[in-house]
Amino acid sequence: MAMTDSAPATTSTLLDFQNVQLTYPNGTIALSGVDLTVRRGEFVTVVGPSGCGKSTLLRIASGLEVSSEGISTVNTKRVGYVFQDATLLPWRNVRANVELLAELQWDTQAVRREKAQKAIDLVGLTGFEKHLPRQLSGGMRMRTSLARSLTLDPELFLFDEPFGALDEITREYLNDELLKLFVEQQFAGLFITHSVSEAVYLSTKVMVMSGRPGRIVDTFDVPFPMPRDPDIRYTGEFAALVGEVSHALREGHGA
Amino acid sequence: MSIERVTDEGMDTAEAIDDLTGDERQALEHRETVQEIAPATAAAVPLKRRRSRGGGIANWGPPIAVAILIVGLWYLVGLIDPSKSFLLPPPHEVFAVYLDPKIAPDIYEALWNTAVVALTGLAIAIVVGIVWAVAMNQAKWVERSLYPYAVILQTIPILALVPLIGFWFGFDFTARVIVAVLIGLFPMVSNTLFGLQSVDASQRELFKLQQASPWIMLKKLQFPAALPAIFAGMRISAGLALVGAIVGDFFFQRGTPGIGALISKYQSRLNAEPLFASIILASLFGVVVFWFFGWLGKRVVGKWYDFA
Repeated sequence: MAMTDSAPATTSTLLDFQNVQLTYPNGTIALSGVDLTVRRGEFVTVVGPSGCGKSTLLRIASGLEVSSEGISTVNTKRVGYVFQDATLLPWRNVRANVELLAELQWDTQAVRREKAQKAIDLVGLTGFEKHLPRQLSGGMRMRTSLARSLTLDPELFLFDEPFGALDEITREYLNDELLKLFVEQQFAGLFITHSVSEAVYLSTKVMVMSGRPGRIVDTFDVPFPMPRDPDIRYTGEFAALVGEVSHALREGHGA
Repeated sequence: MSIERVTDEGMDTAEAIDDLTGDERQALEHRETVQEIAPATAAAVPLKRRRSRGGGIANWGPPIAVAILIVGLWYLVGLIDPSKSFLLPPPHEVFAVYLDPKIAPDIYEALWNTAVVALTGLAIAIVVGIVWAVAMNQAKWVERSLYPYAVILQTIPILALVPLIGFWFGFDFTARVIVAVLIGLFPMVSNTLFGLQSVDASQRELFKLQQASPWIMLKKLQFPAALPAIFAGMRISAGLALVGAIVGDFFFQRGTPGIGALISKYQSRLNAEPLFASIILASLFGVVVFWFFGWLGKRVVGKWYDFA
């Protein structure tokens, strides 16, 4: 599989936004002056209220949408994208769903099978290969979706509020799983969420966004080392950082 | 209900999960996460149809009861004025026709001829309808150009057009098939188009992100997603194609005459018993075709779609 195509060996920046702006034809400014970089080893989370344009960031990063001003660079071809809902094909079982992307890349059957099995094992769905999406719970569907993206062996992983529709407990388990994958698979992540504690728990850097027009109002480095102990969520430092981010979010929102 | 009990009894996982309360479901999810039971559970529970289909009296009882009710009413109406029983013969005399060696073979043969026309027309309507809808799905401008004509098919006064079809294509098989196609086509076009367009935007984007060509997108995403709607369309079209074939019979009686020709003959001679027998048989055939496509739809998509 091809490595990065345009990046010089020295750069570790996988995603770079410089002064990115997006104006819709009707004049609505969705994004304004966004600077953002995601380097190798980083897990960056953008947190903001609904409708502030945070998903649009991912759509520009993935090429689904084109910015009207500024420069957006992605220095890898291996980009994973996890949608808000699992977007599984209901007529395909777990294995066939996970194989889909490899299939669209014209991999051979044997390669597809191998990649899919590896990804299924990674997300803990071993034994559920023949289940149809309707036979799975919401959390298991999301794992399938995650496994599907993992088959691309992504260097940059884009997450569009993937756990937003799940209950709190399932969400926390999947957060732990995701962090484990992040440490093991060494991808860089750009994660969109509206949950502050999820943002702080997952990331090495949290960016706070505010809406109308969507812009980054504050950035926080998260000092906790990886791999993270799930129990840090209950420490004072964690709570303090969550408080700071929430405060920035409220100020940005009120402004 | 305890998780242990559910899984130990080997219930379908999906059903088990459906039956759980929120807390139990979370507990189950947790256990998968921990990876203690996931492989074992999956191996232990067989994949099973989600819905158990009730057979027997629950399914067949109600329609049979309605049939008995209709036959009863039929007798009652006949009692109002027995002198006019030539207009509404009692049911047993109508049903006796099916065993009458002088009449029954004619009716069966005519029904067969009509069935061939209807099914030929239906096959053509299915192919043309799907191709038409796929073409419209490729671009908005194609849809805008072609959709009005699909609607016209539906609104055209078909009975006024039918005699013309005879002049153009002759008064036998071909013309009858064309009538069946014209009447049966629209539901195939509209249902297929609806199905193709029912795909989620995010699912399309998933394919777009992999640079999938429109053909691959159609083959692997839109067409499978459209199958439930296509089968629903086939069911409607099948009934309409049969109506079309019978209408064709009325007008075009050359070649091998169908049941419509027979019906019009019995009508003109006021042969009420075979007339009713023919009409009932043609309707029953329509029911069989409708049922067949329902069955086929369930076979093909029932695994992942609750095909009504």
